Amino acid sequence: MASAIVGGGLIGLAAVMLFFSIGRIAGISGISANLFRNTPNRFWSLAFLAGLIVGGVVTGQLLGRTPLQNLQEVDVGLLLLAGLLVGFGTRLGSGCTSGHGVCGLARLSPRSALATLTFLSVGMLVATAVN
Amino acid sequence: MGSILWALLSGLCFGVGLAISGMTDPEVVLAFLTISADWNPALIAVMGSAVVVSFTGFALTRTRTRPLLDEHFHEPETRSVTPRLIVGSSLFGIGWALSGYCPGPALIGAASLDFRALIFIAAYWVGVIVFEVLNAPSLKEPARVDAISSDG
Repeated sequence: MASAIVGGGLIGLAAVMLFFSIGRIAGISGISANLFRNTPNRFWSLAFLAGLIVGGVVTGQLLGRTPLQNLQEVDVGLLLLAGLLVGFGTRLGSGCTSGHGVCGLARLSPRSALATLTFLSVGMLVATAVN
Repeated sequence: MGSILWALLSGLCFGVGLAISGMTDPEVVLAFLTISADWNPALIAVMGSAVVVSFTGFALTRTRTRPLLDEHFHEPETRSVTPRLIVGSSLFGIGWALSGYCPGPALIGAASLDFRALIFIAAYWVGVIVFEVLNAPSLKEPARVDAISSDG
């Protein structure tokens, strides 16, 4: 539980850094979509995602986490469907776990509170039904 | 140039936090989403901790009139609850439950060459691009972009 609290705190700190410096919301789905848009936002967005990936990959290696690389344990069709739903759904809903679930709740946004309640409850219903 | 560096550092901090929290492992996320005897509440602790820190930091930051490197804060301005907010969040919830991945952990997993994340992220980008194409005017009129991508 300590790692959850510390990790969560760093995620919150990251969101504050981005808001304090350039006044932007650290929502990963929105930042991902910026890469496909013809705006100057794509430059800081690319830098943020590069940092996210390097930080996550290096920390995972230091902690001795091993990526799953056995194709027989992977349900390709299910993952493709899930990826499509998450990519399209987070754009249609204007945010994901970071944009709505962390930053939106911290901003006391009613829209984000409703979005978070929706994806948490739908996610729990579907996961519990499937497993 | 400063804004690029700050964004890079923020991303680094976010990635380190996600990995430490354990949320980069889809099994940990699924153990939260699935109600069972082995229910793992870690995700709520991560989200709660992140919200407390960012709520405090946002409040302190707002005592300034502007961010360090920009003219004004870019907070989402949309206030209305729309069907697409609910439908989109529901679709996201289904995909999240089927895989254990949301965008951040999936990007990190794919870069770690985890096969699950690689397959997921390929389809994720397709989903994002399909939405962008369906909202094509935003590609031609950058002025409208903020109105369409509002909350994050």
